[in-house]
Amino acid sequence: MLSIKNLHVKLEEEDKQILKGVDLKVEAGKVHAIMGPNGSGKSTLSYVLSGKGGYEVTEGSATLEGNDLLGMEPEERAAAGLFLAFQYPVEIPGVGNMTFLRTAVNAQRKARGEDEMSAAEFLKVIRAKAKDLKIDADMLKRPVNMGFSGGEKKRNEILQMAMLEPKMCILDETDSGLDVDAMKLVAEGVNALRTEGRGFLVITHYQRLLDHIKPDVVHIMADGRIVKTGGPDLALEVENNGYADILAEVA
Amino acid sequence: MGAPLAKETPLEALTAGKTIPAGWSNAARTDAAKRLAQMGLPTRRDEYWKYTRPDTLTQATPMSAAVFKNDEAPLFGAMDRLKIVFVDGVFDAEASDDLALEGLSIERLATADSDLHWARDLYGVLEANGQTPVERPLAALNSAYATDGLLIHVTGKPSKPISIIYTHNSETSDAILHHLIKLDKGAELTLLENGPAAARFNKVMEVEVADDANFHHVRAQGRDHERRAATHIFARLGNGSEFRSFTLTVNGMLTRNECIIELTGDNASATVAGACVGDGDFHHDDTIFVTHDAVNCESRQVFKKVLRNGATGVFQGKILVKKDAQKTDGYQISQALLLDEDSQFLAKPELEIYADDVACSHGSTSGAIDEEALFYLRARGITKAEATDLLTLSFLAEAVEEIGTEVLRDEINARLGSWLERRSS
Repeated sequence: MLSIKNLHVKLEEEDKQILKGVDLKVEAGKVHAIMGPNGSGKSTLSYVLSGKGGYEVTEGSATLEGNDLLGMEPEERAAAGLFLAFQYPVEIPGVGNMTFLRTAVNAQRKARGEDEMSAAEFLKVIRAKAKDLKIDADMLKRPVNMGFSGGEKKRNEILQMAMLEPKMCILDETDSGLDVDAMKLVAEGVNALRTEGRGFLVITHYQRLLDHIKPDVVHIMADGRIVKTGGPDLALEVENNGYADILAEVA
Repeated sequence: MGAPLAKETPLEALTAGKTIPAGWSNAARTDAAKRLAQMGLPTRRDEYWKYTRPDTLTQATPMSAAVFKNDEAPLFGAMDRLKIVFVDGVFDAEASDDLALEGLSIERLATADSDLHWARDLYGVLEANGQTPVERPLAALNSAYATDGLLIHVTGKPSKPISIIYTHNSETSDAILHHLIKLDKGAELTLLENGPAAARFNKVMEVEVADDANFHHVRAQGRDHERRAATHIFARLGNGSEFRSFTLTVNGMLTRNECIIELTGDNASATVAGACVGDGDFHHDDTIFVTHDAVNCESRQVFKKVLRNGATGVFQGKILVKKDAQKTDGYQISQALLLDEDSQFLAKPELEIYADDVACSHGSTSGAIDEEALFYLRARGITKAEATDLLTLSFLAEAVEEIGTEVLRDEINARLGSWLERRSS
């Protein structure tokens, strides 16, 4: 599904290397987690994959189902099936959440040469999905993320994911700023989307999210590289011993 | 050989062939012509014309303007309204509805007879009053030489809005219209205006809002790109009255919208707002002057401009709070979203406050599109062009919010959306 090879990335504006050769493969139907200390390059990886400006790829490649991601515009990556759940979802005053979602769904369909979803059909689908995530009619009507609590913003990200039905989902610190109940709700939303054909990359600082979204593979990232890969137990190891031990071990 | 002819002044050239009609408005028009002669036409040297070249508004004959073939569904089309149509400044009885509606009377300036006392007492009065401290010669020109307009006397609460529709069919039309609107105590009126008016359009609207009356104005200046328009609204507000005016402007080589509001009754409220989208050879100027001359009044000025491809936006907004206008709540915001580096926004926000117990705030900003928001939308699969349009709508929303009713807000938003869609297609 997602294949990253020897990815080197620096900041565009300054001579600072952030990713120093990342190798990673996420298979369809699998959930991979990336854990790591602050500043290890986890979020940068998610931004570079989804096409945010400000970064320069100096070496390596990233492909989605064999298609070169790095040569695509952000919207093309989305249409190709990549989805990033933002760590900090952006507030957009004056644009209704519903309008935003419908525009996004239809833009992707159009880009893939599919028919647009009718207003009635869209309404039916979004109501059902919003209900599962306990997103009420008011939240759908309000401007995008405006006045949403931290938990509401993250649930709204998952709703977008559910509506867009991507092939490859990247969740960037989706657990940050969530209380336990909100995290459960978000995790349920994510788990409901786990299917044979869909890959997940869950980026998190803490193990607790992985109690709810059980990963198949756990990677530890440090200083711009994946330094250790293991099963779900690796996350527990981090939880119990912190990163220091693992980093000392691989150093 | 006779003596050489004295060289014609620009004002003589502009007013050549224009006449002041006899009848009830004659005295007021003659006074206006005198004011105009005293002031002279505006020039680039005038403080309030520093950012906007008045040349094409004051030259003897207008620049020709291509007729815009409008294939859009009419704005406000689905609303129950009383339609009044002017074609190149000429009343079109055929296309207009019957001017009778309960709660108001409508007459035409060109045909109203002399026993229309209320109009005689108002015509040119608010305009003359609005000439100090800032001179507005084009408004005096209008009062003197307007060829037609509507005289609307609102005595009650009419069941539907009055909708003035302008149509532009001649590439060289030079229209001067003067509307008078008087709302009696407790009366209410919603006035809609839209459509391309003429190659060159000079319009004045004088609005007297009596105690507890409510005036709601929504205007759209459309896609007749080559027009040159100078419009003025002069309003006077009584006790507890409410005035609300919103203008949407899309395209236009030169548009100068002035709004001069005087809050003369206590507890009155005035809102003047504008959203404009300018692309390319576009110049849009909002010049606002709000005078607080009563206690406990509120005023809001909310202007948003989206500019690209070298478009220019101007905002000159003033709040004057007189000595006894205590408890004034004045707000003014003007913001530009510059979609490229060729476009410019020129803002002159002014506060002049003589009372000591007031709350006035003002702000003016110009900035580029929010890259974070743009990426967020694109990451969801929305193309850059479409995402830019959405953020444009988002930016303009604060001004559109100032429209008093949801129906009209939706109408304006829908139109804005379709204009943006057409532009990018």
